[in-house]
Amino acid sequence: MSIADAALDTFPKRVRANAERLPRRIAIREKDLGIWQSYTWRDYFERSRRIALGLASLGLERGDKVAIVGDNRPELYWAVLATQALGGVPVPLYQDSSEKELAYIIDHAEARFAVAEDQEQVDKLLHLRTQVPRLECVVYDDPRGMRAYSEPGLLSLAELEERGDKFGLGQPAYFDEAVARGRGEDTAVICYTSGTTGTPKGAMLSYRNLVEMARIATEREGLGPDDEALAYLPMAWVGDHMLSYAQAIVAGFAINCPESAATVLADLKEIGPTYFFAPPRIWENLLTNVMIRIEDAAWPKRRLTQAFLRLAQDLERRRLNGQPLPWLPRLLAPLGQLLVYGPLRDNLGLRRIRIAYTAGEALGPDIFVFFRALGINVKQLYGMTEASVFVAAQKDGDVRLDTVGTPMPGVEIKISEAGEVLFRSPGVFQGYFKNPEATRQTVDEGWIHSGDAGFLDQAGHLKIIDRARDLGRLADGTMFAPKYLENKLKFSPYVKEAVTLGPDRPYVSALINIDLGAVGNWAERRGIAYTSYTDLSQKPEVYALIEQEVARVNRSLAEEDAVLRGAQIRRFLILHKELDPDDEEITRTRKVRRGYIAQKYATLIEALYGDRDRVAVEAQVTYEDGRTGTIRADVAIRDVSTR
Amino acid sequence: MTTDSTPLLEVEDISVRFGALLALNRVSLTIPRGEIAAIIGPNGAGKTTLLNCVSGFYHPYEGAIRFAGRDRTRLRPPEVAALGIARTFQNVALFRGMSVLDNIMTGRILRMRGSFLLDALWWGPARRQELEHRAFVERIIDFLEIQAIRKTSAGRLPYGLQKRVELARALAAEPQLLLLDEPMAGMNVEEKEDMCRFILDVNGEFGTTIALIEHDMGVVMDISDHVVVLDYGRKIADGPPEQVRKDEAVLDAYLGVAHD
Repeated sequence: MSIADAALDTFPKRVRANAERLPRRIAIREKDLGIWQSYTWRDYFERSRRIALGLASLGLERGDKVAIVGDNRPELYWAVLATQALGGVPVPLYQDSSEKELAYIIDHAEARFAVAEDQEQVDKLLHLRTQVPRLECVVYDDPRGMRAYSEPGLLSLAELEERGDKFGLGQPAYFDEAVARGRGEDTAVICYTSGTTGTPKGAMLSYRNLVEMARIATEREGLGPDDEALAYLPMAWVGDHMLSYAQAIVAGFAINCPESAATVLADLKEIGPTYFFAPPRIWENLLTNVMIRIEDAAWPKRRLTQAFLRLAQDLERRRLNGQPLPWLPRLLAPLGQLLVYGPLRDNLGLRRIRIAYTAGEALGPDIFVFFRALGINVKQLYGMTEASVFVAAQKDGDVRLDTVGTPMPGVEIKISEAGEVLFRSPGVFQGYFKNPEATRQTVDEGWIHSGDAGFLDQAGHLKIIDRARDLGRLADGTMFAPKYLENKLKFSPYVKEAVTLGPDRPYVSALINIDLGAVGNWAERRGIAYTSYTDLSQKPEVYALIEQEVARVNRSLAEEDAVLRGAQIRRFLILHKELDPDDEEITRTRKVRRGYIAQKYATLIEALYGDRDRVAVEAQVTYEDGRTGTIRADVAIRDVSTR
Repeated sequence: MTTDSTPLLEVEDISVRFGALLALNRVSLTIPRGEIAAIIGPNGAGKTTLLNCVSGFYHPYEGAIRFAGRDRTRLRPPEVAALGIARTFQNVALFRGMSVLDNIMTGRILRMRGSFLLDALWWGPARRQELEHRAFVERIIDFLEIQAIRKTSAGRLPYGLQKRVELARALAAEPQLLLLDEPMAGMNVEEKEDMCRFILDVNGEFGTTIALIEHDMGVVMDISDHVVVLDYGRKIADGPPEQVRKDEAVLDAYLGVAHD
């Protein structure tokens, strides 16, 4: 069998083939009770079969939707496969969604069944069942805290599997027949996009979409059963579905589920994956951790580390720009490898990385260079849910700083007259579930409108400038690319999030969120006392710190970019609260919702374009249990020098 | 022998005196198996003294304490612990320099058997025993959701988590009776909610009988099966939360709410 085998057109068929071809190879590991528990491809197949038969015994029909909600757990991946084996359609959901968000999607997707990880998710599901009567059955994996529940239609995964065993005894051929009826053009999964605008939309991806794109990416990167990946991103995100599910099955590699969201970085170190997929958020976190630890080190160590890091970043920048490499740094590089880069890589758990993608938002170039300089093969990936992830990616040995690489095999890219990136590929989705209007707006004769502004350079690399609708001009016509600036700001370990403003304004200004960990640590070292996030954010010392960071961004704009040098940041303020998905200020994948922020912080924004240097503000916050409260603060505004 | 109908803990007319101060004055209470009992009362009412008597720190000068039907009035703390009573403290009492894991492992000490030599060599039964205890401790770590701090030293943790680690250590002893001295003091709302859930889960999943001292009335009324109220060393009320809430003596002494 080869991974291109046309008979293996669905995931259930492929997992069965893996169970025959690689019966004793590890498919999934999960850290449970302090120990990595392993499951082989045969376990993967067998457990999924039992779950599938259990679902069949409850009356799951072809085409029924099954909501899947929880952290990355082997059982939930099996539930996805089990649903597909019966011809059902899994709908993975974000585990930190509020009840309102869950209710909307479960209702819209018409889910009859839900498989949940634990009590926390079950509570939400049982509660929303009053609004979504179509949801008949809730299955849970972790029985902890569930003893007192006696709701109808609620059962544990263990009970479901027992039912499945009985059902299978009565109808031994049921499962194989159900799997055989699956076709490549069937809908494999519905991924709801978190949506920076409006309500979530459910992108329907077929088996052919996912299998083809997984195969193309697997072949291009040479992935195989020996690879290891960490399954830690939300299962509802298409990136995790592609990597931890589709690609893992197609290539036969092992995925590793961390113990909990809080232990991801420690688990990363224990596993040492070879294939790693991370949104900029994670890279930023890793970088912040490194920076804090360097700051905390004794000065000889700190000096040495900083010197070698500077040297490596300088070399890497030249390499990426195709410039000649000076001889002294080249001679020193092996020493740096021995003393700094190797140990640091090992410490982060990135020593064995062969391929690391960054996707989602664009990763700031400085962060990108930092990790590449350490010898980690980080590559930009440009993708979308509607394309089954892969559109373009950088090739090994052909990585550039400012592009997202060349189109993946089988993907055609063209640029519309308005400068928008359009593409066509085997991964182009089947449309949005029950939303033909949105589908028409996105797909035009097989071409997907990405909504991103960009161009193809002479070497065929795709360069993305910004969201097409975010790209703007200042009142005097100067080009302004908000995300580009924000990424530059976020390179600072002290800046967690930034929102820049500019279109139709006389100058650029910024709202900044400090990173509580990094700034808190910085303040502690200087003996600056603070009581809360709000208090810390308004300290004059912190303002001075952030001002330096903004000035650094302005300097680099003036040096690097002829087009964007006019868009330097003139004024900024530090927000008194963290932007939070619970307050709808950023999406669950941490994309900034500009429109909402412009509205919510209108008073602050007006003040940025006025001449006052303080402004009083109130903000609504939503606590995790859904209650709301108000934070009041007096926010300071600072001017920054430009060049 | 005892049966399940014998109350797990019976305290009968105990009195404790510190010099001229009568800290407990002929206090009696009964805690049946599997119950969550709360002991409340104003500061200085004798709550902690009562707990200290049960755990063997103090000995009452009169009265009796029976555990599972047998008289245990005069036992010392290690003997009490060996019987299956574990406790946490009002002020966190962890080994600050030790990791969370090691702190919890100390809760297993009374259950460890072995010789110095075998332990030192980590060989044979000593090794097997250590692995078994570690596996048990991991279950508690999972139960209390403290995986991420397994290797952090206890002294570096925020207060709320230290309290949770203390609970973990008490649970590691597999107690039949768990005494919690103000498990939620100094916590914020979210931490309190977590702690409540853990206490209910411990009671439900392990069947552990729990006696707790708590000031937060909301918490007490929500999670306990039965509430005992002390005031100036005397018991002034004893019953289910709904009944105690309405008791006039309690309102007068403790809640301080106007009533007519």
